[in-house]
Amino acid sequence: MKIMNCPLNGPRNISEFVHGGELREMPDPNLCSDGEWADYVFYHENAVAVVKEWWLHAPSSYWFIAERHTASDEILNTYDPSEIFNQRVEFSLPPKESEA
Amino acid sequence: MPFSLLKYGLNKDYPFEKHADLPAPTALKPSYDVVIIGGGGHGVATAYYLAKYHGITNVAVLEKGYLGGGNTARNTAVIRSNYLTPEGVKFYTESVKLFEGLSNEFDFNIMYSKRGQLTLAHTDAAVRGFRQRAEINKHFGGKTELIDPQQIRELVPMLNMNPGHLPILAGLWHMDGATARHDAVAWGYAKGATGRGVELHQLTEVTDVMVDNGRVSGVNTNRGAVNCGCVVQAVAGHSSLLAAKAGFKMPIISYPLQAMVTQPVKPFLDPLVSSPSLHCYVQQTGRGELVFGGGSDPYPLYNTRSTMDLKESLLAHAIELFPFMANMRLMRQWSGLTDMTSDYSPIMGLSPVENYYLDAGWGTWGFKSTPICGKTMAELVASGGQVPKLIKPFAMDRFKTFEQVNEMGATAASH
Repeated sequence: MKIMNCPLNGPRNISEFVHGGELREMPDPNLCSDGEWADYVFYHENAVAVVKEWWLHAPSSYWFIAERHTASDEILNTYDPSEIFNQRVEFSLPPKESEA
Repeated sequence: MPFSLLKYGLNKDYPFEKHADLPAPTALKPSYDVVIIGGGGHGVATAYYLAKYHGITNVAVLEKGYLGGGNTARNTAVIRSNYLTPEGVKFYTESVKLFEGLSNEFDFNIMYSKRGQLTLAHTDAAVRGFRQRAEINKHFGGKTELIDPQQIRELVPMLNMNPGHLPILAGLWHMDGATARHDAVAWGYAKGATGRGVELHQLTEVTDVMVDNGRVSGVNTNRGAVNCGCVVQAVAGHSSLLAAKAGFKMPIISYPLQAMVTQPVKPFLDPLVSSPSLHCYVQQTGRGELVFGGGSDPYPLYNTRSTMDLKESLLAHAIELFPFMANMRLMRQWSGLTDMTSDYSPIMGLSPVENYYLDAGWGTWGFKSTPICGKTMAELVASGGQVPKLIKPFAMDRFKTFEQVNEMGATAASH
């Protein structure tokens, strides 16, 4: 079976992992237009290239990032998301000054 | 017949060339009215209906491999129309009707065989879904009924009614379900199209799409540039890659879909049987082989490799349905590249580029729609971009306006 290197648990069978989609820059949901949001949610490059993807190691519920080639299926690198995400992402609008 | 065979055997020339179904390859012309990219079932069907109904024959079908060598050769040849949405049911019902008459129309046997398709419900939720699908199908002229376990036993005596932890509660019996020889469908359309003057160019890969002021003007190929009035893209799993050459993104992700076939056995299975809960479908071909298919692979990939893990999981479920199959041997395995949309409906119609028409997003439901797809795409091209009513709901823009046509629950094996 194909082996993936989990940054937390080491090399594991690919059947233990769940694909979580390509890692892409999210537009600010509070400020972007419907079109931009639709583009982010539904439209994909779907290219033959090395892509950064979210993966989940299901038994340990651990999300990480893998770099994988979409034609050869070669997994080039896997790492903890903290290497990219070092700030909190706010999904709700900041409270208005009058309410604060 | 044996004497003519002997004559052919002793003949110095290859006598069949005179009677070949397709004309010999020619040079590419500098310009065509219509360029169809992709020589699979959909591409040649579009060319066929353009020539037959609209008198448009200055058409080139460009195929990077060989005729019908992509997903047309890799699907499991299921024809059915028991979908969930009114838009989907209307569309696929027209396709089923066209399939019935294709052998006569082509004067070429596509081995159409109407055997009925049985979908199994293992949960109360699935039974409710089936009831809805049966009513919608009947409303739009299909023959679909909800049947009970006793009727299922009569239809498929070999079926294990208690597979694992999922006893069979009911079935969706779709009498219009059928199968046909998938290669023959492509060959029949190609023969009919080229006989009317359409050019089919195999081993001709489109390397670039030329767009001037938002309007397509031609394509570059490995055999030189070709100007054209309009382009139809019908390249299934490679839709996103071609669209990128034309300069736009699509709401598609490409996944491999694996299938396999066993050694032939005596006929025992008349209907096509599928189980969305067990993620598999089984049918017996006219030659006696059993064809298995399931859901697409669990992650995107541009590769038609096969994997052992998918075989294990898919066959484990198939054996639960038909336990005696555990001793059978697999003969062949293969995989195709499915262009999945997030609502499990196709993308047909206009694109952001003028005169560049889309026929994509065919995921795991492409073969069954070949005839109606060709017919409606030909109407779209012949009218210069007036989208036929039947395919309006499948416009790519539906993802921008949040008007998806959700057919996820009506796929044969949920993904």
